[in-house]
Amino acid sequence: MSDVVKFHFDVDGHDFSSAGEASVAVKQKLRALGYPPDIIRKVSIAMYEGEINMVIHASGGTADVEVHEDKIVIILRDTGPGIPNVELAMQEGYSTARENIRVLGFGAGMGLPNMKKYTDSMQIDTTVGQGTTITMTVNL
Amino acid sequence: MKIGEIQSLLGAKLLCGEDRLESDVWSACCSDMMSDVLAYVKDQGVLITGLVNPQVIRTANMMDMVCIIFVRSKTPSEDMIELAKESGIVVMTSTLRAYEACGLLYHAGLGREVGDGNV
Ligand SMILES: Nc1ncnc2c1ncn2[C@@H]1O[C@H](COP(=O)(O)OP(=O)(O)OP(=O)(O)O)[C@@H](O)[C@H]1O
Ligand SMILES: [Mg+2]
Repeated sequence: MSDVVKFHFDVDGHDFSSAGEASVAVKQKLRALGYPPDIIRKVSIAMYEGEINMVIHASGGTADVEVHEDKIVIILRDTGPGIPNVELAMQEGYSTARENIRVLGFGAGMGLPNMKKYTDSMQIDTTVGQGTTITMTVNL
Repeated sequence: MKIGEIQSLLGAKLLCGEDRLESDVWSACCSDMMSDVLAYVKDQGVLITGLVNPQVIRTANMMDMVCIIFVRSKTPSEDMIELAKESGIVVMTSTLRAYEACGLLYHAGLGREVGDGNV
């Protein structure tokens, strides 16, 4: 029985320039652990999209990554505004981001669908006014 | 195509990654929207962009891209260059516009080389 390796990060919601740092760190760690490039790429893209969302749509939060024997689990928790209509938010091209986000290179409404695409399972628990927790799994 | 050839074709100034100029790349993409790079890029090794912020470097890192070309003389900060060095990404800046840079690289065969696996 191998142990579960865990990583924890605080995601600063008030400093856009640091957005994505946690995902970069996870990518480095997974590389050091010797995981195959395609697995690392899936985890990286899904986590990065979610991390950016926490910064641009919520006010930051926490990111936890658990490396199990048979899967990698990414848990992103924020205490932002929540997502009123998840089905709508999951549609490609749906975004509430305004011009101030688009000039930063984000806000095309592609993040959530991309997170689903690159992971084997994705669960969104969200309450308006309280926050959002997204749990994604990539099977090994 | 070698990264060094890209640099000379574009007359670009190299900002980091001199040790990787001999690396081969097969295709490129051009966008100022990192959302689109994350959603649509597959195996393009080169990113051509006019957007300058740390997320350009991090996005390229996430996508396993190996070279970033900033157009219209856009120049990244020292912090961004440091990030790129840590990720092993070659960074250069060109005075050309995105359209011209893409045209030159495409004309020289980048992204349409026979047998490079692209369709
Ligand atoms: N953590 C979150 N908290 C609150 N709302 C969110 C959160 N994540 C996503 N949303 C909402 O869902 C919408 C769609 O998210 P998605 O990531 O697909 O697109 P985007 O972030 O707007 O643009 P892109 O990801 O292409 O840069 C967002 O515009 C926002 O309204
Ligand atoms: Mg998003």
